[in-house]
Amino acid sequence: MKRIYLDHAATTAVDREVVQTMMPYFTETYGNASSLHSFGRDARNALDAGRQTVADALGAQANEIIFTSGGTESDNLALKGVGKGHIITSSIEHPAILNTCRYLEGHGREVTYVPVDSDGMVDPGDVESAITDDTALISVMHANNEIGTIQPVSEIGSIAKDHGILFHTDAVQSFGKTEIDVRKMNIDLLSVSSHKIYGPKGVGALYIRKGVKIKPLMHGGGHEMGMRASTENISGIVGFAKAVSLAVERFESDTRHLTGLRDMLIAGVMDSIDDVTLNGHPTERLPNNANLRFAFVEGESLLMHLDMKGIAVSTGSACSSASLNPSHVLLALGIAPEDIHGSIRFTLGRGNTESEIGYVLEVLPEIVGKLRAMSPLAAG
Amino acid sequence: MDYSEKVLDHFANPRNVGEISDADGVGTVGNPTCGDMTTVYIRVKDGRITDIKFKTFGCAAAIATASMTTELALGKTLDEALAMSRNDVADALDGLPPVKMHCSNLAADALHAAIEEYLAKS
Ligand SMILES: Cc1ncc(COP(=O)(O)O)c(C=O)c1O
Ligand code: FES
Repeated sequence: MKRIYLDHAATTAVDREVVQTMMPYFTETYGNASSLHSFGRDARNALDAGRQTVADALGAQANEIIFTSGGTESDNLALKGVGKGHIITSSIEHPAILNTCRYLEGHGREVTYVPVDSDGMVDPGDVESAITDDTALISVMHANNEIGTIQPVSEIGSIAKDHGILFHTDAVQSFGKTEIDVRKMNIDLLSVSSHKIYGPKGVGALYIRKGVKIKPLMHGGGHEMGMRASTENISGIVGFAKAVSLAVERFESDTRHLTGLRDMLIAGVMDSIDDVTLNGHPTERLPNNANLRFAFVEGESLLMHLDMKGIAVSTGSACSSASLNPSHVLLALGIAPEDIHGSIRFTLGRGNTESEIGYVLEVLPEIVGKLRAMSPLAAG
Repeated sequence: MDYSEKVLDHFANPRNVGEISDADGVGTVGNPTCGDMTTVYIRVKDGRITDIKFKTFGCAAAIATASMTTELALGKTLDEALAMSRNDVADALDGLPPVKMHCSNLAADALHAAIEEYLAKS
């Protein structure tokens, strides 16, 4: 059976060009970047080049980029690294932020979770009114991983700047899919991850604006300017950097391609199936995200039927009597729990085609029809 | 999470889906807010379940257990059907993932509710 992967917000396949670029760094250029001999220098050169590539893509300087093990570590480093003071964040952050905030609350730190509107948008005014004398950090994600809503980070950045507060944004989902310029957007700290942009897993970076004081999580050797001890993952970093340059190179064609497929999917579903709602913002959303809510059916059974047809999607929810609770993001939008259960996230990628979306549109109405026919909630 | 072949089969091809108009007993359990709800309809003749149908809003395990429950209950006496437990249903499906055990409550409870409604009426 042909399989169709529509879960690119979860992770992506590593681009073949990225794999090719990485290969020599396992077996030939395998030195430790801290070593003084030629093996070490070769590794150091690759590391420096990778750092420059990531910096350029963000409008930053190379010495402002710290390589980490991924988005989660970058988020932890930013939030824990600030050390003290009140934190303002949003109610729809990724668990890498939310659970770090809960941990910090457990250690006596105060955290304010600003709400979002029904499209998943943070109101910068709410952020500003949450500021207290003790506020040290504002952390609001750039684009949401479930619904794709893109936040007004520039506005929040200037509010933070006006009040002399640090601003962190989790750009794991937006990096490579929207324009980012840390200077123009007044961003002090920014998290990115390689495996969401066709790079290898287990690599990411935190941008730390020059002059911002962050305490490291890892103590050991002086790697990464003392910010992250441990021998650098050169092959991973080289792969990440290659993925970044491909994303920059293909930015316009990717955006056009993804937006086209996304809109084809949304319009096609709306045309062929009744009682479907788009979750998230209608226009301020990632080009590859279509999060759709199908009334009267439950998401997991929809997902399983699609899986049986070879189509891979995700659902943010399962019944609340199980350990899995309804998505905190969809709850924050004010959607009724019974409606949340029927939500499915399709996230498209560079390799998807119109004929794949066509196939989804072909099988989906029948699946939804079948589930609705057995649903006690559907009329008739 | 791995579902057994039998769960997948009953999920993809559920038996006895639907409603029975003027059923002898109807039982509904669950709550759409929690993400699951099952209704079981039965027809009873001479103390036996002669027809049974269900409707479910829920996950794959909820659908599969409802389907299996109706299959097991069909033809049973009311006492036999009342004695059916959720474990019987889960066993007949070659087991359920641990987080999904609660899903099998739904169908067994809905069946029992339908029988009780019938007994209360008759
Ligand atoms: C918004 C967001 N932040 C953080 C992460 C965590 O990134 P990683 O898997 O690289 O740790 C993810 C990925 O699931 C994400 O979508
Ligand atoms: S009915 Fe709750 S997860 Fe199956």
